[in-house]
Amino acid sequence: MNDRTSTGRRSFLAGAGALGIGALAGCTGALDGDDGPAVGVLEDRSGNFQLNGTSKWQATRLALEEINEEGGILGEEIEIIDPDPQSDNERYQELTQELILDDQIDALWAGYSSATREAIRPIINDHDQLYFYTTQYEGGVADDTIFPVGSTARQQLGAVAPFMADEFGDDLYIITADYNFGQLSADWVNVMADENDWNVVGEEAIPLDETNFSSVINNIQEADPDFIMSMLVGANHENFYDQRDANDMLIPIGTSTTLAQGHEHIRYEPDAVTDVYAGVSYMEEVPGEANDEFVETFYDRWDDANYINQEAYNNYFSVYMWRDAVEEAGTFDQQEVIEVLEEGVEYEGPSGSIELDGATHHMTHNMQVAHADDNHDISFEEVGHIEPTFLREEVEGGEGIDLREQSLQTQYEPGDVYGDILE
Amino acid sequence: MSLLATAGVYRGLAVLFQFLDSFAFLVLATVGLAIIFGMMGVINLAHGEFILVGVYGTALAFHGMPIPFADAALPGLPLPIAMVVGVLITVVFGVIIERTIIRHLYDRLLDSMVATWGLGLVVAQLLLISFGSSLDSISTPMGNVAYGPFTSGVYRSVFLPVVSVLLLGALYLLFTRTEFGVKARATIEDPETARAMGVDTDRMYVMTFALGSGLAGLTGALYAPALGAITPDRGSIFLVEAFVAVVVGGPSVIVGTLSAAGLLGFFNAIVTSQYGTFAGLMAMLLVAIVLLRLLPDGITGYVEKVRQRRRAEQ
Repeated sequence: MNDRTSTGRRSFLAGAGALGIGALAGCTGALDGDDGPAVGVLEDRSGNFQLNGTSKWQATRLALEEINEEGGILGEEIEIIDPDPQSDNERYQELTQELILDDQIDALWAGYSSATREAIRPIINDHDQLYFYTTQYEGGVADDTIFPVGSTARQQLGAVAPFMADEFGDDLYIITADYNFGQLSADWVNVMADENDWNVVGEEAIPLDETNFSSVINNIQEADPDFIMSMLVGANHENFYDQRDANDMLIPIGTSTTLAQGHEHIRYEPDAVTDVYAGVSYMEEVPGEANDEFVETFYDRWDDANYINQEAYNNYFSVYMWRDAVEEAGTFDQQEVIEVLEEGVEYEGPSGSIELDGATHHMTHNMQVAHADDNHDISFEEVGHIEPTFLREEVEGGEGIDLREQSLQTQYEPGDVYGDILE
Repeated sequence: MSLLATAGVYRGLAVLFQFLDSFAFLVLATVGLAIIFGMMGVINLAHGEFILVGVYGTALAFHGMPIPFADAALPGLPLPIAMVVGVLITVVFGVIIERTIIRHLYDRLLDSMVATWGLGLVVAQLLLISFGSSLDSISTPMGNVAYGPFTSGVYRSVFLPVVSVLLLGALYLLFTRTEFGVKARATIEDPETARAMGVDTDRMYVMTFALGSGLAGLTGALYAPALGAITPDRGSIFLVEAFVAVVVGGPSVIVGTLSAAGLLGFFNAIVTSQYGTFAGLMAMLLVAIVLLRLLPDGITGYVEKVRQRRRAEQ
């Protein structure tokens, strides 16, 4: 844990990032003045994550363009700087440096995978950059200037796993992508299994480049669970669903990764994702007039778009959240905007009300369980609002953290709290 | 006891089907690469993208190909015909690439690697720009066989292995029993002499490259309905395993491909079924490393050396 001591140093660094002189004058906003306010948008439009990243990029642009059309923020038009990082973490690091040092951006939206976020986090920390990470993720990031506004594993899995156990029985099999997101998500399922007395009858972590699931499917068939919890990630792992269908393996699947991000229910012919249940905070199909309107606006702007995924929605609302905070702060100064955000923000979006928790920088999301039927039509089971309890109530011996009072740049893991269960 | 024995038989069958699946993937991913490398000394690092052209050709023909500059699409074709279209598109693509890029690179191993690597990136990006971030997938046909608690997909575990063995047999006949085969081998062995004997070596190079591309296209066509997601970056899944198999197999196309795919597939299936997919991949790469330490010219290079030694002794 890298505790830092004073906000004085923080604002000094922010000033240094803006060529130094401004810190002495105490007005970084004015320094940006020459070029006007700018935001950085680093989302993948090529490479391994292009399928999910493109939708995020489109939604961020849409929100920023809408804001500019309405006259910008504080009377200024927002410049959008959005090179394609091409799903390459090194390129992400270079571009993040450039955006912060050369372009002096006032806020950053960047990255699909947790590995990407961790790759740029040291740079974000060095420059005290206000950064919105919008992918649903494993949770636990407690960092002064980072707002991970996507739902966490505790929220997504907490919506879907209990639903699965209620519907189908207590025996489950865990399959997960073998990197930090997948491993920590699997830990969460294990924690929930322990809390609820479910039996984990098998668990397998699968390398990201694996495409052949025959042995995984055989292992699951042998263990014969009531349901599967799947945290598979990326195009290679999607093979699992197709092979599951070819093998007629009808065991229902609970997931935090499928449907809402890669719209597999549209891209795949039935029955590939039949009886897949996903814990989601948003999907394009969520019913309601406000969402219908949002979907229409989105496709009016991007008529060749594939889908509005959950992450894209997070990008969209967080841009508006940032705008409101800047207007309330009356300045683009990042530290002052963060202080407004930390007061806690409620946002009424196309899929209902959600709330930013100032203490943890995470969101209370309105969670649903989405079910794909054998025709790949989606229906929803409302779960209700789930708060980001891990950081607020579980870490630090149950005390939780409060980023308004303490300076942190750490990521808590389920093992920090539930180590004895996970051993 | 008999219950245990039955369970063991079922498990054994599951591992056998896993082996066949893995074997077919290795053979089909490798064979086009092996022909171009073995016969022309070009390592085509865009091989994965050649396969991808086959996948895209098949999927577009199956779902209905969009007509450029018009808001319409051709009607979708039945899967077997769509596969033929996929292969043909890849052959045409291969010939164009050979005439414009590859023919300047024969027997320039490192140059060919750099140029084809770049070509692979360009192709993937062009597919992305032309067709977006993904195409609709095609379901795997043919259903499955069930035994005890297990099932195995017929298409991947039975049909593709049979096709890959038939394909190797057909290639053997092509290279040993036909005029094209003799001329192609002569061109590869000694182009000067072949030319002196009246063989149009330039034409042989194009035809051999077209054959290699056609095989890549066939692999793409066959995997289009077994690939799950069809996205522009999927060529890479074929390349690494194909590359390892070619290096392990050595210069002889058919025996090399067969022996490398058999050996690597065997270790992959056994270790995967015991210790999981990660261990299976590691085992395959470890076997490749050990083999290359012991047999630097690959399996068929070693066989050839033994044969030459015997001849010298006689």
